[in-house]
Amino acid sequence: MMNLNAVFQYFTNGMDLGTFLQHLTNGISLGSLYALVAIGYTMVYGTLRLINFAHGDVFMMTTYFAFYGVSTFMLPWYVSFILAVILTGALGMLLEKGAYRPLRNAPKISIMISAIGASFLLENLAVVLFGGRPKAFPSVKVLTDSVQFGSVSIQKLTFVIPIVTIIFLFGLLYLLNHTKTGMAMRAVAKDYETAGIMGVNVNLTISQTFAIGSMLAAVGGIMWGLKFPQIAPLMGVMPGLKAFIAAVIGGIGNIKGAVIGGFILGIGEIMIVAFLPSLSGYRDAFAFVFLIVILLFKPTGITGEKIAEKV
Amino acid sequence: MKQKKTLLTVITIFVLFALVYLADQTLDPYKMRILNLCAIYVVLGLSMNLINGFTGLFSLGHAGFMAVGAYTTAILTMPDVVKGQNFFMAPMMKPLDTAHVPFFLALLISGILAGVVGYLIGAPALRLRGDYLAIATLGFAEIIRVVFTNMQSVTNGALGLKGIPVSANIWWTFGVALVTVLVIGSLINSSYGRAFKAIREDEIAAESMGINLFKHKVLAFTIGAFFAGIGGGLLGSLLGTIDPLMFRFFLTFNVLLIIILGGMGSITGTIISAFIITIGGELLRFLDESMTIGNLVIPGISGMRMVVFSALLMIVVLFFNRGIMGTKELSWDSFFNKFSKKPLAKGGNKQ
Repeated sequence: MMNLNAVFQYFTNGMDLGTFLQHLTNGISLGSLYALVAIGYTMVYGTLRLINFAHGDVFMMTTYFAFYGVSTFMLPWYVSFILAVILTGALGMLLEKGAYRPLRNAPKISIMISAIGASFLLENLAVVLFGGRPKAFPSVKVLTDSVQFGSVSIQKLTFVIPIVTIIFLFGLLYLLNHTKTGMAMRAVAKDYETAGIMGVNVNLTISQTFAIGSMLAAVGGIMWGLKFPQIAPLMGVMPGLKAFIAAVIGGIGNIKGAVIGGFILGIGEIMIVAFLPSLSGYRDAFAFVFLIVILLFKPTGITGEKIAEKV
Repeated sequence: MKQKKTLLTVITIFVLFALVYLADQTLDPYKMRILNLCAIYVVLGLSMNLINGFTGLFSLGHAGFMAVGAYTTAILTMPDVVKGQNFFMAPMMKPLDTAHVPFFLALLISGILAGVVGYLIGAPALRLRGDYLAIATLGFAEIIRVVFTNMQSVTNGALGLKGIPVSANIWWTFGVALVTVLVIGSLINSSYGRAFKAIREDEIAAESMGINLFKHKVLAFTIGAFFAGIGGGLLGSLLGTIDPLMFRFFLTFNVLLIIILGGMGSITGTIISAFIITIGGELLRFLDESMTIGNLVIPGISGMRMVVFSALLMIVVLFFNRGIMGTKELSWDSFFNKFSKKPLAKGGNKQ
């Protein structure tokens, strides 16, 4: 072990193996959170060809639902968290109905502006309803405790987050590939007009897509709240943008791609700061630089296929 | 007829400046500040409309260009002593700490620098389309902001710059707004403008008509960035303090709101809505303060103003998605047509 560590330090400029593993687990758990939120972006984009700018704010609303469930309504944390996820699903459906459905056949730019407007509306509503000052997210001892590994102590949450992500990912893949609802979703994503003609209830299916995407973001939001226990009305903006970037990196419209993109982004972000501490101020720029590089050289992402434009 | 219209335009400009003079003499500083902001938003709105409305490139990078302009103007006009006071964390970079130019030149350099940045961003990014372009430009604007937050010795980092000389008065702001209207107006009516509109309507058709897509897109983007830089410089000079947080996406959103309400692709619409939005935003301030109706005291909720504002944007987008003017313009022709009793001037269809 000593030897391995020495070799490792030689290659990593003096960082020992324990610290590296700590960064790696951190990166994986951050990446899982990005992945959960990115799935919502990618599902909506796959169906409506629309960047749901308000997705990050839906994520923010969840943390407040969970917060009030525990603090005001005195619910046990698991009840409150489940309620928060369900409420967020309903919020997602409401968002689709109010902001996107009326514009489904409008020019693309109008839909996008509507998405930006919905995002700002949610943020400002949160400021008015919940107050602009950050609040402390309830901590759940069972999940936020630390475990000791030799000299390193790691929060249990660091392991819980990727596991929960993987469970939900497989659940989603099962839903999409082996159920009738999932088949309808895939049909609508391919071509919603044809799917409608073939008897799929397009409006219902799009609603369901939003609900599922929002609920996954909600799961991500709750775990984000546990990991970074400070919630504020604008907290969804950066994770939302980064999750979107993850979706683009993985190839937007592709669920596995979104997960891969989330992990690449999360691990990359943590590692860049770990290995080049002088660049830590540029942490938020890293994701954008990565996005631009991907867009310029492979705009369809890692898993995406080129779609020829019809004239 | 043409001479008559030019004469009318000149008269309108004189009337405008007479009104500006009158405002300068009679209004209090608060109202003057709002008028200044209106004019600055005219500049910003037009510069964004050139890119988004006339050329149809959905760009969300405006705040970045404004940041470049605002910082350039601030650094080039601040006196040495103030610079020394600002840069107490780390001394300012060498040639900049004593650099000075007159306000006009500072604005011009701001515009040119923002234009150069716009060119450098546009040249690679404009290969993208639709939402990808929007996200890439948004990303570039964020990168500019993060870089400015970290360039301690040039921009004073997160602390921002305070004590920028307030050189922007109502003559400057309305003067620059007028120049912007005239320049962008004549650009839109030139062959370049027609090419821009052709690109907006259908890229493939435009390309097959022999329009060089890349050249025209980059041109529109660079000119838009140039005016955004000048607008940013004016804004910084009017406010007196700037910091990187000011140039978040929210600022782009404000300008976007103006061009949506005014109509994407309408100069006069942008002017009207810049005034409506800026003045309306101030009028809505009562929502944040407590109100007394009879015996009832309604406590003010801070942030309510922004809720109403974003709800208004949603309503405009959902129900009137062409804005006030759509792509039409208020012009002397439409004015005459409305008020002359005669049937249509040339006999044919009204168009």
